[in-house]
Amino acid sequence: MANWETVVVNTDLLICGGGFATCGAATEASYWAKKKGLKVTLVDKGALDRSGAVAMGLSAINQYVGVKDGENTVEDYVRYVRQDLMGISREDLVYNIARHVDSTVHLFEKWGLKIWKDEQGKYVHEGRWQLMINGESYKIIIAEAAKNAIAAAGGEIFERVFIVEPLMDGNKCVGAVGFSTRENQFYVFKAKAVIIGMGGAVHVFRPRSVGEGFGRSWYPPFNSGSSAYFTIKAGAEMTCQEVRFIPVRFKDGYGPVGAWFLLFKSRAISAGGGDYMVTRKDTLQKYAPYGLVKPIPANLRNYLGMLDTDEGLGPLYMETDEAIKNIAEQYKDDTKAFKKKMKELESEAWEDFLDMTISQAILWAGQNVKPEEKHSEITACEPYFIGSHSGASGAWVSGPEDLPTPYKWGYVNMTTVEGLFAAGDGSGASSHKFSSGSHAEGRIAGKSAIKYIVEKGKEPNVDMAEVEKLKAKILLPLDLWEKHSKETTDPEINTNYILPRQFLHRLQKLMDEYAGGVVSAFKTSKALLERGLELMVFLKEDAEKMAARDQHELMRVWENNQRVMQAEAHIRSIHFREETRWPGYYFRADKPNMDDANWRCFVNCQWDRMTGEWKMMKKDIWNMPGV
Amino acid sequence: MPSYVIFEKCDGCKGQDKTACMYICPNDLMVLDKERMKAYNRDPQMCWECMCCVKICPQQAMDVRGYADFIPMGASATPLRGSEDIMWTIKFRDGSIKRFKFPTRTTPEGSADPLGGFGTHDDLNSPALATEPGSLGLTAVPTPN
Ligand SMILES: Cc1cc2nc3c(=O)[nH]c(=O)nc-3n(C[C@H](O)[C@H](O)[C@H](O)COP(=O)(O)OP(=O)(O)OC[C@H]3O[C@@H](n4cnc5c(N)ncnc54)[C@H](O)[C@@H]3O)c2cc1C
Ligand code: SF4
Ligand code: SF4
Repeated sequence: MANWETVVVNTDLLICGGGFATCGAATEASYWAKKKGLKVTLVDKGALDRSGAVAMGLSAINQYVGVKDGENTVEDYVRYVRQDLMGISREDLVYNIARHVDSTVHLFEKWGLKIWKDEQGKYVHEGRWQLMINGESYKIIIAEAAKNAIAAAGGEIFERVFIVEPLMDGNKCVGAVGFSTRENQFYVFKAKAVIIGMGGAVHVFRPRSVGEGFGRSWYPPFNSGSSAYFTIKAGAEMTCQEVRFIPVRFKDGYGPVGAWFLLFKSRAISAGGGDYMVTRKDTLQKYAPYGLVKPIPANLRNYLGMLDTDEGLGPLYMETDEAIKNIAEQYKDDTKAFKKKMKELESEAWEDFLDMTISQAILWAGQNVKPEEKHSEITACEPYFIGSHSGASGAWVSGPEDLPTPYKWGYVNMTTVEGLFAAGDGSGASSHKFSSGSHAEGRIAGKSAIKYIVEKGKEPNVDMAEVEKLKAKILLPLDLWEKHSKETTDPEINTNYILPRQFLHRLQKLMDEYAGGVVSAFKTSKALLERGLELMVFLKEDAEKMAARDQHELMRVWENNQRVMQAEAHIRSIHFREETRWPGYYFRADKPNMDDANWRCFVNCQWDRMTGEWKMMKKDIWNMPGV
Repeated sequence: MPSYVIFEKCDGCKGQDKTACMYICPNDLMVLDKERMKAYNRDPQMCWECMCCVKICPQQAMDVRGYADFIPMGASATPLRGSEDIMWTIKFRDGSIKRFKFPTRTTPEGSADPLGGFGTHDDLNSPALATEPGSLGLTAVPTPN
């Protein structure tokens, strides 16, 4: 085995990930930990300042309820999410996040985030729930508060440590193992409670660009399913693993469309069919009641555009020129005001890209795009797993203690594994949390985990013999390289190992062709999924043959293993749910209709740690009384 | 070649243990070639073009050349990031230029107070988080009717 030092870190609370949810968890937990004399330790594979989905920044806060000014009620948000997810949401969790999210946003503002204000000093809304920000440094600011909180409580931060597996004591999570991507060090974190917030999963499906642009996914390629893998491996029940998200974005650069739709009131059309939201209105009847209430669920909007594309009416376009003309119309008698407005609009439109999808700005500049003159192409990206955005996959967590929810087994946001908590992309069925809601949910989980430690926390019982086995397994790819790489003149091709990039292409090909990726126009069927599972058996066997030259490639190996776990949970869940509830995200061509009578329920799954078998389950939907 | 390093300008962060670009890249792509004392992107195909490296490089030795897969050549978006704002220069393929300046934060770097100056409490059992209800702007955390 590679000769790596084992570093043991003892802590009370272990926080895995340094993104929005976990920065929230660290900020809140540190406050309570300091009072109770407990230690908080946070581990991130990147540098906190720029790690995770918000590395570039963002141009909007997508969840703000506005309770204090009576703009909306918390219940309104519950209705909105229920609607957008076609009836499938954990209303207790959505409610809980929504009642705390405004305070997160108010904290962000105090910390230094610039939220746009109008002349009356009120937040400028992009849409009903969205606030406009100058958000280039969004992640830096949120990380700064978390770092300051941890420092004040005497906690510790580890950057560039990649978390792989949970440490278990029966059905209790007692820590995690991982490795440094800088030194030859294997890490063992022993903890009384663990919070998981290591983002969603990207590159499970093949991206549209496969050459140099392979890394251009809408969600970041550095979120590899670490959260899902960790909770599944711990034996936690998972939910909504079929609910992937496919955003429609400006084509290829994947630049945001929110400001164009919401702020500039732009329309999307297909080249041959016109406004598909109007011409295909009748299709929405099939998806009543969800299809008939505004805003139309994101997957149905996607679907109507896809129907035009399927009929040869594409490409799809964002009517930027028309939107700008409409705005100009309002100023037709005042050229000076018009010029000023146009300048503002131009700057807002470019900032929208530069704050969160810089590639799109380079693409527009490369194509000499002038949005006021000509429309720009939009398209559906590839599928992603992100429970915090408009997807819903994640761990099944306990609901808030003060709500009459049927899903309650202890501490809020604790998974079905004792001492293991999840938030952000890590927790499921509570979509539309975005950056602010993920942070709020992290704070909820942070407080809850400390409460758990105070009431139930015991010294973690870690079996060091088990740890040694994990160390050997995790470092094996380095041994394989060491042992075999000199056997051929080209180390890329060897019969005794496969390199992580080669493996990744194989996973993506499988998912694309059998589980409804871009090449199969998001369509799949029972037989295709079953064939996919057959091929996955070989894939999983070969996973043990991945080789790594160095720490960086070792990370790539384990990212791939994490993606495979997410992929299998996904295939099994689409297979189990015998209907098409979210056309536009995926289409079960053999079960093309929505079936509310049999499938208005959660699909949950659980991987058995002892046998490696998957168990599939239906769980009832609970609607909040009177909402 | 998504992110790239300009040979002339990179000084390998003066041979420090940790170069700025290596420190920041969320995808662990930047490495320092210790022989040449120059950094490079070890896997351009995995680059997100997030420009975290470009913004942090003290020598302005880094830039991004849009993905060859679909971005016509000749364009660039170049940031210059200060402690409270960022300046962008957008160069179009046809040679035209646009410049934008956006604020990045309203407080001095490093000053974020985790509790935001809101009042706190010490009831671990209530649904109210540390700074609530003050930070909500309400007198109590909402509960269902
Ligand atoms: C292009 C884009 C646009 C978006 N637009 C908006 C918007 O306008 N408004 C809005 O509110 N939200 C927006 N979002 C959504 C928002 O960014 C996410 O909802 C939010 O970041 C999710 O938080 P998280 O903590 O779950 O994940 P992340 O913030 O992604 O954090 C994940 C963390 O886990 C770490 N990690 C991952 N794997 C490991 C591992 N194995 N070991 C250790 N650490 C690990 C990462 O380094 C990172 O620190 C957007 C996202 C993207 C990508
Ligand atoms: S940060 Fe800039 S100067 Fe420093 S090593 Fe990287 S490219 Fe070179
Ligand atoms: S652009 Fe982003 S992903 Fe690419 S090397 Fe720089 S920091 Fe890394």
